Amino acid sequence: MNIVVCVKYVPDSTADQAFESDNTVDRVGVPGLLSELDEYAVEQALQLKEKNEAPDSVTVTALSVGPEAAADAIRKALQMGADAGVHVTDDAIAGSDALATSTVLAAAIKKIGDVDVVVCGMASTDGGMSVVPAMLAERLDLPQVTFASVIESQGNQFRIKRDGDVATEVIGAVTPLVLSVTDQTGEARYPSFKGIMAAKKKPLESYSLGDLGVDAGSVGLSAAWTAVESTEARPPRTAGTIVTDEDGSGATALTEFLASKKFI
Amino acid sequence: MSEVLVLIDHLDGAVRKPTYELLAIAKRLGTPSAVFIGGADKADAAVESVKKYGAEKVYVVDDAEIKGYLVAPKAEALQQVAAQASPAAILIVSSAEGKEIAGRLAVKLDSGLITDAVDVAEGPVTTQSVFAGNFTVQAKVTKGTPIITIKPNSAAPEEGAGAGTVENVAVTISDSAKKAQIVASQPRESSGRPELTEAAIIVSGGRGTGGNFDPIEGLADSLGAAVGASRAAVDSGWKPHAFQIGQTGKTVSPQLYIAAGISGAIQHRAGMQTSKTIVAINKDEEAPIFELVDFGVVGDLHTVLPAATEQITARKG
Repeated sequence: MNIVVCVKYVPDSTADQAFESDNTVDRVGVPGLLSELDEYAVEQALQLKEKNEAPDSVTVTALSVGPEAAADAIRKALQMGADAGVHVTDDAIAGSDALATSTVLAAAIKKIGDVDVVVCGMASTDGGMSVVPAMLAERLDLPQVTFASVIESQGNQFRIKRDGDVATEVIGAVTPLVLSVTDQTGEARYPSFKGIMAAKKKPLESYSLGDLGVDAGSVGLSAAWTAVESTEARPPRTAGTIVTDEDGSGATALTEFLASKKFI
Repeated sequence: MSEVLVLIDHLDGAVRKPTYELLAIAKRLGTPSAVFIGGADKADAAVESVKKYGAEKVYVVDDAEIKGYLVAPKAEALQQVAAQASPAAILIVSSAEGKEIAGRLAVKLDSGLITDAVDVAEGPVTTQSVFAGNFTVQAKVTKGTPIITIKPNSAAPEEGAGAGTVENVAVTISDSAKKAQIVASQPRESSGRPELTEAAIIVSGGRGTGGNFDPIEGLADSLGAAVGASRAAVDSGWKPHAFQIGQTGKTVSPQLYIAAGISGAIQHRAGMQTSKTIVAINKDEEAPIFELVDFGVVGDLHTVLPAATEQITARKG
């Protein structure tokens, strides 16, 4: 079985995220890392391998599209236990939107070839659109089993639990398929010392758009299907009133505040 | 004026409020047309509902071949309606499913997609709140038919009768769209309280509740509010994931957000930072949530909330 897990290199969301002058996300000035939500995807990919009857026959490939530094995200996945890495990097990719990103990912997955399961996180922690897994399924003409909180598989049969908008659903499909997982699937493992050492010897291939047969003019900022016209830092919230509760004074003050704002 | 398609968000024909908000936005951009994908026997009720909020046309798609499968067939159906209507834009509610339908539709129509808009002006130019609510961006679609998913509470519904002319659309669903099957579906139990993403007021509890949500629920009920929870409370098993507010839960933007026993980690802030008025109750005066608040009480939620609930109930008489 071949599993590809898509991982994104994102600006650290606990640092001060920012935009460039062309309104793209600043991916250089802000420290980057493997998107936290993709760690869950790596974890589930590894668990699929470990639960397989013949784990050695399963290959987990971590795939990332992004600038040079995005190799860090792949390395983290390798340290966690992925077997191989594929990094698609090309100056022409910078500024790509979700439609372009899914085009490049789909081309890379076809290039890797014979893929049974594509695992994604539920969203990135920067753009956060949550649409790339659905777009990938559309482009690859595969079933999508997305927003999984629980995953069960037997042979080529997959069943997931999905906490939908109005109902909890069980979704079934057979491989090949695109799977996206939420943080409800369980904590992601930390790389062990052994894992970190082993990762150094694992293959990490780098592809350009040309290697994938993707026209450089069809992706990137100038070819994007959408344009960000302006970005503006939200003004910091003005400091509010803070009171300390003493003998019930807090409740009274709270009630007064809510009444003054006409919430009561 | 060109048509603007609004995909009706409904539960067995009962139209949900965000649909009316989208119709109000559609009026700014063109002639609002609604698209109903659902049971044929439920169509009349849905048509009547959207008509009251200005739908000039309603495309009705029988979901007999659609309903047992996840997302893909709905995107195919919408593609076929779009081929018939040649719309100026397609508006869909920003829910997990809505965004996935939009994503697949964008690929099919080779059209630009913007998700999670909180406002849409003529153009259409959209406004989104990004990076945990720390930035506001304005964007537009530059290729194809703009497909925009819009968050609940982004506009006020506007009553005003539309013609509501029904057009039945017979769609063909491909076999490949039927590969992800909905094997079972358990509708969420109604709490009798407002829906989180639609509520005007939300009272949320976190680690500080210690698992006892009675004070949270009591205050919520006195204010007619929805109940939410932080990731810590959900991870502790005190509330199901459907209650979670934050990056990996729901993003909300109510008129009033009350956070009780929630420290205010970035993961939580991402889900509530754009609320109009923010109130926090926390024992720890250093809690980062207090950086966001309009009003804060340093104190124990287990005493402050019940006392406040009593006073609010008394005021309401």
